[in-house]
Amino acid sequence: MLLSVQNLGLSIHGTRILDEVSFDIREGEVFGLVGESGSGKSLSALACMGLLPRGSSVSGSAAMRDRNLLTLSEHAMCDLRGNEIGMIFQEPMTALNPVQTIGDQVAETLVIHGAATRGEALRVAREKLDRVGLGPDRFPLSRFPHELSGGQRQRVCIAMAIALHPKLLIADEPTTALDVTTQAQILDLLEDLRREEGMALWLITHDLAVVAGMADHVAVMKEGQIVEANATEPLFRQRRHAYTRDLFAASSHVPERHDRLAGDAPVLTVKEAVRDYRLPRHSLFQPPGAVRAVDRVSLTIGQGESLGLVGESGCGKSTLARAILGLEPLQSGSIQIGSETVGTGQISPETRRRIQVVFQDPYGSFNPRHRVGRLIAEPFYLSGEPPDAAERIEKALTDVGLAPSDTSKYIHEFSGGQRQRIAIARALITRPDLIVLDEAVSALDVRVRAQILDLLADLQAEYGLSYLFISHDLSVVRAITDRVLVMKAGQIIEEGPTDQVFNAPMHAYTQSLIAAAPRIPEAWGEKQVTA
Amino acid sequence: MTRLPASLVIGSVLFALFACASLLSFVWTPFDHTAMSIADRMQQPSGEHLLGTDHFGRDILSMIMVGARTSIAVAILAVGIGIGIGVPLGLLAAANRGSLLDEVVMRGNDLVFAFPSLVIAILITAIFGPSATNAIIAIGIFNIPVFARVARGGALPLWTLDYVLTARVAGKGKVRISVEHILTNIANLLIVQGTIQFSLGILAEAALSYVGLGAQPPTPSWGRMLADSQTMISLAPHMAIFPGLAIVLTVLGLNLMGDGLRDILDPRVRRAR
Repeated sequence: MLLSVQNLGLSIHGTRILDEVSFDIREGEVFGLVGESGSGKSLSALACMGLLPRGSSVSGSAAMRDRNLLTLSEHAMCDLRGNEIGMIFQEPMTALNPVQTIGDQVAETLVIHGAATRGEALRVAREKLDRVGLGPDRFPLSRFPHELSGGQRQRVCIAMAIALHPKLLIADEPTTALDVTTQAQILDLLEDLRREEGMALWLITHDLAVVAGMADHVAVMKEGQIVEANATEPLFRQRRHAYTRDLFAASSHVPERHDRLAGDAPVLTVKEAVRDYRLPRHSLFQPPGAVRAVDRVSLTIGQGESLGLVGESGCGKSTLARAILGLEPLQSGSIQIGSETVGTGQISPETRRRIQVVFQDPYGSFNPRHRVGRLIAEPFYLSGEPPDAAERIEKALTDVGLAPSDTSKYIHEFSGGQRQRIAIARALITRPDLIVLDEAVSALDVRVRAQILDLLADLQAEYGLSYLFISHDLSVVRAITDRVLVMKAGQIIEEGPTDQVFNAPMHAYTQSLIAAAPRIPEAWGEKQVTA
Repeated sequence: MTRLPASLVIGSVLFALFACASLLSFVWTPFDHTAMSIADRMQQPSGEHLLGTDHFGRDILSMIMVGARTSIAVAILAVGIGIGIGVPLGLLAAANRGSLLDEVVMRGNDLVFAFPSLVIAILITAIFGPSATNAIIAIGIFNIPVFARVARGGALPLWTLDYVLTARVAGKGKVRISVEHILTNIANLLIVQGTIQFSLGILAEAALSYVGLGAQPPTPSWGRMLADSQTMISLAPHMAIFPGLAIVLTVLGLNLMGDGLRDILDPRVRRAR
């Protein structure tokens, strides 16, 4: 047994976070810890690393080779961290020091632990970076983090974590911030490393599909307790605990779509849209270069239709959305909303009313100093508040499943899912034809996401809404859209009915996207044992 | 309710002491601050004159109380000029980031920063005549770029947030968004900077009146009380000590207050605590 956690309890400033958590990790195995945000899965890892915030008190034990990690001195833990336990985090953008080269950062681990001299450490750093797929020709040690993409940075983090051959690597949501194809590569790399270096991997994630493909053992965590633990396949097949069944159902949830209230006239028509960004001048005498973010994109959305737009980060899908919303000018092409042609950023109040938006981040979408009533009424600005504004605000709130009395609350009193409901209420208030959903459910836990998807489907049926659903998450797009566009480097490379594109993708890029998405083997879902 | 930081409590008490003294001086002072009495000159602190008398026999406590009025008024108005002009400029620059307007405003700021502020203040008062009004204007001008920078710096990250985008989708213009969404969310930064500039204003006013370019006699001011006392420092050290202490304690109080306010208002510092 490599790490044996027994009855781990944790409270921070008197609040109970973890309760009687017990699990074992054997040498060389992959242990998956699954749970929603706030369930305590990250804190259980930090507890074993001795990295808890101030005001924490722990109980129980976490034994690694006969030493209890919870009672070791800080000095002893410093020896242990990096040396025997490595850790990588979710956000590769902030996990690296931006002013140090990647070589120095990988070498630092070795130097600190006295395992090597500086020259020797740099040689090992080179070796490790090669090992994680950052070859010497494109990635010399002198590279800085800002010159790398998110996936490459995560590889650097992994190289740092494995520099001293730790026995255990803790990966806390290692691929959540990454695109689907990058995620597949990083997961492959972790699997390779585990096999070749013989280290154990403690994988913390909210994504059941990732665990299904990787882990030998899985524990499901809810509100600081482990509700179910078993070997991976039996756990997925049996789903003994109600919470596991909930999670499982939510992760593959397909909202019930109602018959379309089809209209003839398209709600939105985009023709040959082009958006260039100017690059900074390299020389005073040369014209500045430009990068083409949206390259001759055409699309139409009919009334009551859901159109999906998928692509990896940086492919131009958000830029396109902002152009449609009139937030960015086009260099050429046209955008027609209803009967009015827009595209220069000038939109009449009537047309403004017809198109609304819901953004990804439920925390950045609201001015924290305004009350909900005022936040929801914001789209009335141009048209002026209608006489029945108060009733419409209440109606919008009840439509999204909140109480009319919530108008006088501030936004910090709501959870992420509730905030996203408020964002939808704000979009509904002007009775629009089209709502642009820019990664609107990407930041939500699976169960909340399933509820929001249901809500969107219901609202669509009730009001005949059209959706432009922008996401990098293929399973969500598949569940809620009628047609889908695949975007790569500013261009639409494939277009068609959702089922057709997902079942028989024509373009190689679409095929690789779909192949890279982790999924739970279908056979595991068949047999249900009710407890 | 979290506990208030100690620096805020101590700073507020110190500053409140002088603010109250200045207000009290409108209705009551122990003696008339202009009444001279050569017979009682340069008396040590006693039961009658708590802080002693100066070289004309005027009561120092009364003069400090009335002087606080001048110092605080000059500093408040100077900060007001800085906020009133600097904040709109900063918001405007942030709303039009990268535009010619942004460049003009920020380079104008750099230009003002490039001059030594006190020397220019002396120049202004020397040209237009020494008075409290000219001191206010001179100090106020140098507050403008400070607030413009703070406002622009605080506003820039907010412009990338989704709620600002949503407001733009609703059709709101830059001015409207600046007032409604940006200003309310940088108010904390401005309050903290305001207290710090306030203390600097008091120092600057003291410096100007020390060289005789601030409020004119018979209006007492802390800076001139120091200047008057320096030839008699060996005979009557209390004449220098008490106005000096008044300046030090007020500025210290305001700085502590600024620190404490930053702790409770600035979310970035709050999280780190």
